[in-house]
Amino acid sequence: MNPTMMNSTSTQFVPSRRMGIYEPIHQMSMWGDFKGNNCLDASTPMILEVDPKLDNQSEDTSHGTVGHSNKYDQEASKPPDKVLRRLAQNREAARKSRLRKKAYVQQLESSKLRLIQLEQELGRARQQGMYTGSALDASPLSYAGSMNPGIATFELEYGHWVEEQDRQLADLRNALQSTETGDVELRIFVDGGLRHYCDLFKMKATAAKTDVFYLMSGMWKTSGERFFFWIGGFRPSELLKVLLPHLEPLTEQQRLDLGNLAQSCQQAEDALSQGMDRLHQILGAAIAKQLGEGNYLPQVGAAIEKLDDLARFVGQADHLRQETLQQISRILTTRQAARGLLALGEYFQRLRALSSLWSSRPRESS
Amino acid sequence: MEKIGKVASENGVVIFSKSTCCLCYAVQILFRDLGVQAVVHEIDHDPDGKEIEKALTRLGCNGPVPAVYIGGKLMGSTNEVMSLHLSGSLLQLIRPYQHNLSSHD
Repeated sequence: MNPTMMNSTSTQFVPSRRMGIYEPIHQMSMWGDFKGNNCLDASTPMILEVDPKLDNQSEDTSHGTVGHSNKYDQEASKPPDKVLRRLAQNREAARKSRLRKKAYVQQLESSKLRLIQLEQELGRARQQGMYTGSALDASPLSYAGSMNPGIATFELEYGHWVEEQDRQLADLRNALQSTETGDVELRIFVDGGLRHYCDLFKMKATAAKTDVFYLMSGMWKTSGERFFFWIGGFRPSELLKVLLPHLEPLTEQQRLDLGNLAQSCQQAEDALSQGMDRLHQILGAAIAKQLGEGNYLPQVGAAIEKLDDLARFVGQADHLRQETLQQISRILTTRQAARGLLALGEYFQRLRALSSLWSSRPRESS
Repeated sequence: MEKIGKVASENGVVIFSKSTCCLCYAVQILFRDLGVQAVVHEIDHDPDGKEIEKALTRLGCNGPVPAVYIGGKLMGSTNEVMSLHLSGSLLQLIRPYQHNLSSHD
């Protein structure tokens, strides 16, 4: 085996806006270990730096004949059929070697993505002081990462988004607790916080184009958050119910405005929910047409057109979330809006913690 | 396009829709819950449907359905209707067309 295969330095990483969050783990090549074993143990993933020259170097190497290369010099004197048989065996061995290498590289790629996600989870957990389980309790990467790079990108970006969210909340908490913070500074926090939510909605819109069912499943969120899920995210009306007690004292006008907002938000939500029910029926009926004939292309083809409608609903739900946040911040004073944003952020942090505490609770031995 | 203008001016609240569009259905439900009997014009059942669709797109409606007219004026699509409702403006606009409101005040 060629030693340069073991120490190559070319790196393949999933592109990320924030490089440097994780350090690649350098390992000796497991290529030799892999010779007789096609399955890479997924519980011990590692990042291997794969040299693209690897392809050419293994082409002509026949495993088992290393150290016997001078045997070929004697081929001319051997009977032709033995020569042909040896050449055929070499070709076969080389072909098998290439297939094994291909499978190995694929395993490495998915292990690498999984490791990146786990490292992100750990980073977040260390920040929050507890172990989060969202990567483990749902294994979203096993669904998304191996099937859809757009979704894998979204999950990575969402991980960054949550980290940034936690940072902003910590800063906001400090600012609110300090007596010296004025409205001008708080305004910056509020605008920044609202913009951060807008960033999330934009990310989701991009992801919806690659896989709208994924967004509907909420698989990038923790299981606790999914319990409260409504068309791709949190319920806007729930938002108001959570925030209201923490915004006191309110003026009468504010109370009135917030009440009207709560009512219109609920009405908009109900309308979208009923539209979704109708979409369920139509989509289900389209798929269920003429079952039993074996051929599914016409029905599935018709159903795919309905998925555009579904993407519009997810977009509409996000628009409703965004508008609700904007309206709330218009009704409130800067300081109230800052307190509201902090309360909202902590609410979601608690939901995330709920999931991880639940999944890491000590199980009773039966 | 004159047909759009005609239908819009002859009726209080008009929703240009498609029978298969569930978002259009959602907007209809919203107006119904607000006590408005909106006129729903399904362009996929209209022989001039394609023309209407092109005209609505030119007018800026993304979708292009649902396209909502109130009092002869184009309000926009679902986004605009939702924004108007959350800001409280939609209720003002539909007041002349509301009748037998549901249980809330």
